[in-house]
Amino acid sequence: MSKERKMTLTIPREEFMSPGHLACQGCGASLAMRLALKGLGQRTIVCIPACCWAVIDGPFPHSSLDIPIYHCAFETAASSASGVRAGLDMVGDTETTVLAWAGDGGTFDIGLQALSGAAERNDDIIYTCYDNEAYMNTGIQRSSATPVGAWTTTTPVKHYKKERKKDIIGIMAAHGIPYIATASVAYPEDMVKKFKKAREVRGTRFIHVFAPCPAGWKSRPEDTVKLARLAVQTGYFPLFEIEDGEKWTLNLKIKERKPIAEYLKLQGRFRHLKEEEIALIQQEVDTRWAKILKSCGL
Amino acid sequence: MSKKKEARKIVFESEKEMPAVPMSLGSMLYNKTGAWRNIKPVIDLSKCIKCGICWKFCPDASIDIVDDWPQINYVYCKGCGLCAEECPQKCIAMVEEEK
Repeated sequence: MSKERKMTLTIPREEFMSPGHLACQGCGASLAMRLALKGLGQRTIVCIPACCWAVIDGPFPHSSLDIPIYHCAFETAASSASGVRAGLDMVGDTETTVLAWAGDGGTFDIGLQALSGAAERNDDIIYTCYDNEAYMNTGIQRSSATPVGAWTTTTPVKHYKKERKKDIIGIMAAHGIPYIATASVAYPEDMVKKFKKAREVRGTRFIHVFAPCPAGWKSRPEDTVKLARLAVQTGYFPLFEIEDGEKWTLNLKIKERKPIAEYLKLQGRFRHLKEEEIALIQQEVDTRWAKILKSCGL
Repeated sequence: MSKKKEARKIVFESEKEMPAVPMSLGSMLYNKTGAWRNIKPVIDLSKCIKCGICWKFCPDASIDIVDDWPQINYVYCKGCGLCAEECPQKCIAMVEEEK
């Protein structure tokens, strides 16, 4: 029976990322880029600050993407994208999408003021943060996107991270930009759909992509997608979108959330956590989930 | 895609050959990442239901669709095992690489 079946693909077949790039085995970030470009298409220019993708793309003069890339300084992803946009506008090109593609360090910490500036000016760019929850490229240092309880090289087991993850979506929502969304590599259809939608919106658009990192999270490379899926199913990383800073929509309603322990136990960076600490994390996830449900009017 | 990509490494013999501005001239296809692999995925096509999930989740874009069937590109597959883990039919086996 299976022989006669036609293969139906749920996401565009076109490939804008070539193999041979320098990502680790099972990299969530490279999968994120592959899916994002499937949504955005050929007419895209991407600005990449210092982050994993600055390395993954390949050494000069080679590139693994079929679209123009502009490598910029760490803190300038958003402002470079604004500049590219202004340049395109001057030559009358309104069709090309400008994408800023930064890691969590370049978004939550270092690039925050440039991002805030671009959002305030409402520059016509898509800013994507692929979140692997630490400075993975330089050797797993903590960032303000690192969750509570996680081990990193700068928050060793004895002094694991005690601070909460910064609520970047809240910060961006406060700017009142036209489109904000969260996406996960475990839900490719949803992710491609969001990038396609973002492409049609004018103004600053922010997409927060959850991209597991096997090397930094000390998880098995084959678990990348499983972890991303668990993060959604436990309510740790809900999939939702915000339009015009007000209209919240929950894209994936989860009837029964899985316990956060299921997500934590697959990762070596949480191995030291005791049961009471896991209970505290569970509590925090519950609070955030309730808050998001309330914002979505559910 | 307009032009056919080449799997060739670009090496500059002298500084005169260098472009005036840093720009990419070739693709990363010269970097045959298949050499990183310790275990390799093997698809049992008799059990395959053509769902396309392995193709969808490959972070290296190393699963091609040839005549409606998934085919692993062993030149670039890094052997992460994501396809085998996500396959709903469990028809991809990770086998030890023989060198």
